[in-house]
Amino acid sequence: MENINVEEMDNVVVLFAGDSGDGMQLTGTLFSNISAEIGNEISTFPDYPAEIRAPQGTLGGVSGFQVHIGSGKIYTPGDEADVFVAMNPAALKINIRKVKKGGTIIYDENSFQKNDLTKAGFATDNPFTELGVSETITLVPTPLTNLTQTSLEGFGLDNKDILRSKNMFALGLICWLFNRPMDKAEHFIHNKFRKKPAVLEANLKVLNDGFNYGNNLHLAISTYSIVRSDSTLPGKYTSISGNTATAYGLIAAAEKAGLQLFLGSYPITPASDIMQELALRRDLGVKVMQCEDEIAGITTAIGASFAGCLAATNTSGPGLALKSEAIGLAVMAELPLVVIDVMRGGPSTGMPTKTEQTDLLQALHGRNGESPVVVIAPGTPDDCFHYTFMASKIALEYMTPVIVLTDAFLGNGTSLWRLPKLAELPEIKPNYVPADLTGYNATTRNEDTKVRYWAVPGTEGFAYRNGGLEKDYYKGGISSDPENHQKMVETRAAKVKGVENMIPDLEIFGNENADLLIVGWGSTRGHLMSSVVSMNKKGKNVAMVHFNYINPLPRNTEEVLKKFKKVVVCELNSGQFAGYLRAEIPGLNILQYNKVQGQPFTVTELEKQFEIILK
Amino acid sequence: MEAVKLEYTPKDFKSDQQVRWCPGCGDYAIINSLHKVMAEMGIPPHEIAVVSGIGCSSRLPYYVSSYGFHTIHGRGAAVATGVKVANPALTVWQVTGDGDCLAIGGNHFIHSVRRNIDINVLLFNNQIYGLTKGQFSPTSLKGQVSKSSPYGTIEEPFRPAELTFGARGTFFGRLLDVDLKNAQQVMLAAAEHKGTSIIECLVNCVIFNDGAHNWLAEKNTRPDKMVFLEHGKPMIYGVANDKGLILENGQLKAVTIGENGITEADILVHDARNPNPTLQWELAMMKGPEMPVALGIIRDVPAESYNDAMDKQIADIKAKSKIKCFDDLVDSLEQWEI
Repeated sequence: MENINVEEMDNVVVLFAGDSGDGMQLTGTLFSNISAEIGNEISTFPDYPAEIRAPQGTLGGVSGFQVHIGSGKIYTPGDEADVFVAMNPAALKINIRKVKKGGTIIYDENSFQKNDLTKAGFATDNPFTELGVSETITLVPTPLTNLTQTSLEGFGLDNKDILRSKNMFALGLICWLFNRPMDKAEHFIHNKFRKKPAVLEANLKVLNDGFNYGNNLHLAISTYSIVRSDSTLPGKYTSISGNTATAYGLIAAAEKAGLQLFLGSYPITPASDIMQELALRRDLGVKVMQCEDEIAGITTAIGASFAGCLAATNTSGPGLALKSEAIGLAVMAELPLVVIDVMRGGPSTGMPTKTEQTDLLQALHGRNGESPVVVIAPGTPDDCFHYTFMASKIALEYMTPVIVLTDAFLGNGTSLWRLPKLAELPEIKPNYVPADLTGYNATTRNEDTKVRYWAVPGTEGFAYRNGGLEKDYYKGGISSDPENHQKMVETRAAKVKGVENMIPDLEIFGNENADLLIVGWGSTRGHLMSSVVSMNKKGKNVAMVHFNYINPLPRNTEEVLKKFKKVVVCELNSGQFAGYLRAEIPGLNILQYNKVQGQPFTVTELEKQFEIILK
Repeated sequence: MEAVKLEYTPKDFKSDQQVRWCPGCGDYAIINSLHKVMAEMGIPPHEIAVVSGIGCSSRLPYYVSSYGFHTIHGRGAAVATGVKVANPALTVWQVTGDGDCLAIGGNHFIHSVRRNIDINVLLFNNQIYGLTKGQFSPTSLKGQVSKSSPYGTIEEPFRPAELTFGARGTFFGRLLDVDLKNAQQVMLAAAEHKGTSIIECLVNCVIFNDGAHNWLAEKNTRPDKMVFLEHGKPMIYGVANDKGLILENGQLKAVTIGENGITEADILVHDARNPNPTLQWELAMMKGPEMPVALGIIRDVPAESYNDAMDKQIADIKAKSKIKCFDDLVDSLEQWEI
C-alpha cells in the first residue's frame, strides 16, 4: 500500500445501502464489529423498510445500515456519510442526501443499468446528474456483481446464491479502504456461517477478493486510518443492540433478585427482538410466552408477578395502548411489573420501523383513574441494560409497574458495551412480607415508604385476596368509602414519588453559567451531546442535562432548569416532555425544539437551531 | 411434587368475607361444592390460587381462604395462565362467567384451552350479564328478551362445549348448580385432570334470568331430563333408571330398557378418554325434550400440559447448555479487550 494516500481521521461514517435482500444489515454489523474489535468506538443505525421484501430494486425496498467509527468518544451514528456503498440506484436515490460534501460513493455499476434506473424512477441514464450530486463527491464505479460472479466461478453455486455474496465483496473492499485486518473479518464470518461450510467458503473467497481488488487496483481514493480509541475504559467489550441489552438487563435483574424471570409478549416491530433474545435463554430458565395478543402478553405477566416472578412484557406504541387497562390493574394490585415500550412512529400503525419519542404522555398518563407509574428512558443502546436492570429493581423494591421507553433507534442501533459481572451490579431486595408480620392483607405496607408487602403464593400464613377493586387501607377488603379512596390514591402516588430517593440527581454537562441549557431525554442523548461538544469547541457557551428518569423526576430538576436564562427542550415529538415539565414545575420558562419525521436528530440541525437561540 | 394430603374441612377454605351474591343465586351452591372439593383434595389453602375476571361469579376469590386474584374483565384466563406457568406448584382455579369468558375474554379462553394450561375453569353459565344488570350474553338463547335486546336477540349463542372441542380441549365437564353431589364429582375430576379443565356450570340468575335452567333443574323430573356421564359407565338415566342412550345409524338415540327388545347390554358405555371427540361432542350437544342433557365428565383425555412442556424443555436445554448463569452468558458473547 506504499503508493496510497492514507488519510488520518478521528472518525468516519460509512453507509451501506441496497435492496432489503442484499444483506446490508449483515455487512454493516460485521464492519462495525470488526472496527470495535480493533479498538474503535462505534455507533450504528439500521434503517430498514417495514415491507419484508418490497419489489426488488424499488425505492420501497431500500435497506440501509450506517456505522460511525472513531478514535474518540462517539455519541451518534453520524449525520452524514463519508463513504456510501450503494448497491443499486434506488439506494442511491433514497440516501444521497445523507452523503457528506467531499465524500465518496462506491456503487455497483452492474446494477446501474437501464432497467435498474427505471425501477428506481430515474428518467435518464445518469442518475448522478439527475440527482444533482455535488461535484465534491468522488464516484467510484465498481463492477461488484461481475467481480463476485468471477470470484465464485467453479464453486458450483447457482446465480442466486452468487449474487447474495455481493455484500461480502463490498465488505472486503471497505475493509481495505479502512485498513481493517482481514483476520478479524474472517473470524466474524467464521462465527456467522460455521454451520454452513459451503456458504462460509464462498463468503471468505469473495471477501478476500474484494479486499485484494481494492489493494491491487489502488482505487483512486484515499484510504482511511482511524486509530484505536483511548477514551474508553479498559476492559472487555462487545457490540450490543438496545433490544438485546434490554433482554440482558431483565436476565441480570432476575438472577440478582433470585427470582424466576417471566416474559409475556406478542410480536410487534420494533420490539420483537427482546422476546426472541429471551426465548433463546431457556438455558437460564427464562419463561417466555408468546401470547395470543398484547393484552394476554401483559396479563400473563401480571399473573406471573402475582405468583412471585420478576415479570415483564415488551411492546411498541400500539401494543402499549392495548395494555393500558392491565397496567392499571398492576397499579391497583401494587404488583411489580416491567413494561418495555420500544417506541416507533405513530399514531395508529404509523411508521413501524421508524423512531420517535411520541409515547411519553401515553406512558405517563394513558390509563383510567389516578394511575401513577414509574417511567424510565435509556439514552444509548448499551444504556438499555442498566436502565432495564434499574427498572426491575424499582419494580420489585417499590411494588409498582415501571415503563421503560426505548425506541427503534435504540432498539435496533448498537453501541459498545463494557461487559459487566453480576457481582458488580446493585443488590435487589424485593419488598417481601416480613415472616413475623401478623394480620397481613392486600394493603399491608411499609408505613414509611408506603410500599405494599409482597406475599408470594405458596407461602403459608399469608394467603390474601388481591384485585382491581379499590381496597380498604387497613383491612384490605373491597371498599368504596369516599375518604378511604382518596387515601389510597394518595398512598399509591406517594409510593411512586418515593422512588426519587433512589435515583441520581441531574448532572450538568458543561458550564453551569452557560448561556443556553439544552435538555433532552431518552434516545436523543448522543446527538445532543455531540452538538454540545461541537459547539463548545467552537467557543459557544452551551450546557446540557439529560433525563433518564422521567417519573419521578430527579430531585434537583427545578433547581437546575431555573438556573439558566435560556432552556431548550429537544425531543422527537411535538413537545410532550416540555409540556410535562411545565406541568410539574410551575413558572418554568422553556423553549422547544421538536422533530417528528421518524428519524433521529442530526447534529447539524441541532447546532443550527442552537445558534439561532443564542442570537 | 407430591403434596402431603392433609385433613381439611370445607370451613378451612372459607374466607372471612361475607358472601354478597343475591339471595337465591345459583353461585352459592357452586361455592359450597368448591369448598367441599378443596377440603377433599387436601391441598393447603396457601398452595391454591383462585383467579377471576369481572362479573358476579368473578367475586368468588374473595370467598375462598386461598391466595386469590380478582382481575379485569375477560382476562382471567390469561392471568391464570401466567400464575400456573410461572409457579406450577400452585393449584389454580379460574372462575369466570358467560360474558367474561366467551365475549370479552373469548380469545384468552380458546387459547388457554388450546395450550392445555393445567388450570381448572369454573365457567358459570347463566346466559345473562348480571353485574351490569341484565343485558344478553353470548350464551343467551336466540330471541331472548333482555334490557339490551328488548325485541329479542337476533344472534346465535355460543355453546361452551363446542368452543372447547373446537379449540382441541382435553377436558369438558358440565354440572348443575343445585345438583350438589354430582357437581363435586365433576370438580374433583377436573382438578385431577392435567390440562385445561373446562367445567360449564349451569347456574340460575335469580334476578335477570330466573328459571333459565328450570326445565332441567326441577328436582322431581330432573332424572328424566339429564344423563350423568362417567368414564366406563353405561349411559343410563331416568327416575326409574330405565332410560339409556344407543347409537342408531350413527345417531344418538334415547331408548327405554325393556321396550322394543332393548336390554341393558345395548346401552352405550361412556368413553371420556377417547381422543376422537366426535361422540363426546354429540353428547355435549344433546338437548331436550327428545334427548337428555349431558352432565358429568364428558371429555377427559390425558395430554401433556403447556406448563409441564415448558418445564421439561427448560430442563432439557439447561442440561445441554454451558451457559448456567448471567456471567456465563456474558462470557459467551463475541468480545474483545480494549
